[in-house]
Amino acid sequence: MLADARTLCPHLKVAISDPAGDLDFLERLAIWAQRWGPWSALDPPDGLLVDISAASHLFGGERALLTDLQQRFKARGLAVRTAIAPTAGAAWGLAHYGPCDGRGGAILAAQDDARAMLADLPMAALRLDDDVLTVLRRLGLKRLGDMDGIGRDAIMRRFRNRRSPAANPLIRMDQLLGGVPEPLLPVVPTHMPMVQRRLVEPIRHRDLLDQVLRDLSQDMARTLEGRGEGARRLELGLWRVDGEVVVRRLEMAAATREADHICRLFAARLDDVDAGFGIETVRLRVSWAEGLSLEQGDLDKAAEEHGTSLAACIDRLTVRLGTDAVRRPVPHASHIPERAQRWQPPLAPESPSQGQLAFHARPLKMLERAEAIAVLYATPDGFPRQFRWRGQVHEVCRVEGPERIAPEWWREKSTVRLRDYYRIEDQEGRRYWIYRHGIIGDGRGGVPDWYLQGLCA
Amino acid sequence: MKNPAETTSNHHALARLCSSLPGDFTHLSALSPDQGTDADRVARQWRPGSAGALHSEIFACGNEAAGAGMALSLALDAMRAAARDRSGPAAAAPSDDQRAILWVQERAAAKRGGYPYRPGMPPDLQRRVIHVLAEKPKDALFALEEGVRCRDLAFVVGEIVGNPQVLDFTASRRLSLAAEHHGVPLWLVRIDASRDLSSARMRWDARSVPSPRPRWNRDAPGTPGWHANLFRARTHPPAEWIMRDDGYRLDVEPPERQHTGAGAGQVSGPGCGPADPVDLVRAAGD
Repeated sequence: MLADARTLCPHLKVAISDPAGDLDFLERLAIWAQRWGPWSALDPPDGLLVDISAASHLFGGERALLTDLQQRFKARGLAVRTAIAPTAGAAWGLAHYGPCDGRGGAILAAQDDARAMLADLPMAALRLDDDVLTVLRRLGLKRLGDMDGIGRDAIMRRFRNRRSPAANPLIRMDQLLGGVPEPLLPVVPTHMPMVQRRLVEPIRHRDLLDQVLRDLSQDMARTLEGRGEGARRLELGLWRVDGEVVVRRLEMAAATREADHICRLFAARLDDVDAGFGIETVRLRVSWAEGLSLEQGDLDKAAEEHGTSLAACIDRLTVRLGTDAVRRPVPHASHIPERAQRWQPPLAPESPSQGQLAFHARPLKMLERAEAIAVLYATPDGFPRQFRWRGQVHEVCRVEGPERIAPEWWREKSTVRLRDYYRIEDQEGRRYWIYRHGIIGDGRGGVPDWYLQGLCA
Repeated sequence: MKNPAETTSNHHALARLCSSLPGDFTHLSALSPDQGTDADRVARQWRPGSAGALHSEIFACGNEAAGAGMALSLALDAMRAAARDRSGPAAAAPSDDQRAILWVQERAAAKRGGYPYRPGMPPDLQRRVIHVLAEKPKDALFALEEGVRCRDLAFVVGEIVGNPQVLDFTASRRLSLAAEHHGVPLWLVRIDASRDLSSARMRWDARSVPSPRPRWNRDAPGTPGWHANLFRARTHPPAEWIMRDDGYRLDVEPPERQHTGAGAGQVSGPGCGPADPVDLVRAAGD
């Protein structure tokens, strides 16, 4: 094709099409164009939309803004057609198909009658697809004003299946007149993280380069952490004294910002770098970053080193053993020894209680249920002399008591017997807390039983 | 060859050094080549306040509370010693340390020896006890290990019955390492257990002994005492004592002197201080 064309026209100039480069240029132009308004949007392949709402007075009015814009584009060697309108659709139509006067571009003010002013624009000003334009042309609709002549219902019926705005002239017309909203996708500049080191003395040795790379990786890790991102692709540029640039690229399977990991990966890529007369600048740049949220440090590791807090310890215990297994003994207002202690969650605040009477000697440990023992004693209420507990005979050598603890009549039946507690020590020095349940002749049963309830230290 | 006298003097110096250094340096004395002379042995002997081991085992019978009582006394003694080290000999009261203590009981241990009873505990510990009731020895070991890993605990007491299979040398070594790494003492009471393999740094045998007669009621049980047999220790030679905790300090005395004193009873009179250790203020009023 190109050969044929050159045969026909030998002095044909050929420029290779570069759509991606054009888009890239347009993106940068859109960001530059944000000097006239806070938001700008791309209109590929060759258009830009800038929202200058409430910003034109900064340039001395809309006309002055357009003049400024024309001058700046001209200074960059770009030819532009511009227009200002209340809606993006109207501005697009005016810029593409509007009158081209010498003053820089058409301005459609908000109070103007847009329908009347834009009636002369061709149908193509509606940003429609080509096949739709063909249909419209065949229908005899050539200018925007023509659509006023036929009823809206007729057009709606004709294009009832077309949902896309670019295929439905009614939607486009509404957008142009501001009847329906048309959201724009603004261009937001993102700066890729980059760190670099300029070296006073050009380096020629690998270990120095490794040191520089380590520093750069740590800087980069810090930068990425501040942005909450991780690198997918990294570029390491090495500027040599003689102007040569060596670039090494690295692509990771998953976003990362571990300095050690980056260093390790680059180390293999730096083996064949020719330092020449020395490297004077090293630059590390992330060309592709992905979000990588900050992570909780390793809890277990911290606990391994510094120990867990009490709350964490309790949590671990309760999760495995159940909430009933981890408890704290708290006093309870009762005379009955086994009722005088209650259990509550370990970290719950302790309710105030009456202090313990110091002359009440209590055992260190209490059996879950007082165990019945057979006791030799002088009836009716003498000291215990000997008792048998768990198949073992204990001679009582020392005894103190009795400490009489009456039943709590306000909550127990009247037949409950009192208890006479004795603190005893047997021949081997083992200390126990035993009681006689009732006394003979109290009318609440026969011969009283003996129980062993507590083990003293 | 070295001069034997020089070796001995070096050894004395080492023993002095070790007794004056806290913590990890004490195990240096365990590396000493020989048992040395009697004086050396005495210098290395355990005494109250010289608590260095962070993992101790106390073997006791399940029909008495001697094991738990001695464990609490030893732990309190260690805490007093630590407080003395921290703030000088004047302030020996451990009251500034209000960290909780963890008392882990296996279900079988609670069934056999009862559960902790707050009114009977040492007053310093009454508000601080957190009790863990584990169904199985495995759970108890888990709770013990979690306990020694917690920096907010003053010490951990465990009670395990018998020689369960899970409490083997590896498990006890695990406990020792965790306790020493985090600096939380562990007192493991082994109820009705045989002396199996263990990595506990100090291993005691505890049983009750008859108490001295109190001053005011000579027929009543007195200050609790235990016959403590340190049969295995890394840094101290094995020895036996009679220990008594009067609530303020841990008194120890050699066992043979005790037998004559406690058996007869008439030795302690109104003038004898140590044989009559009941605190008058506490006994008299509320």
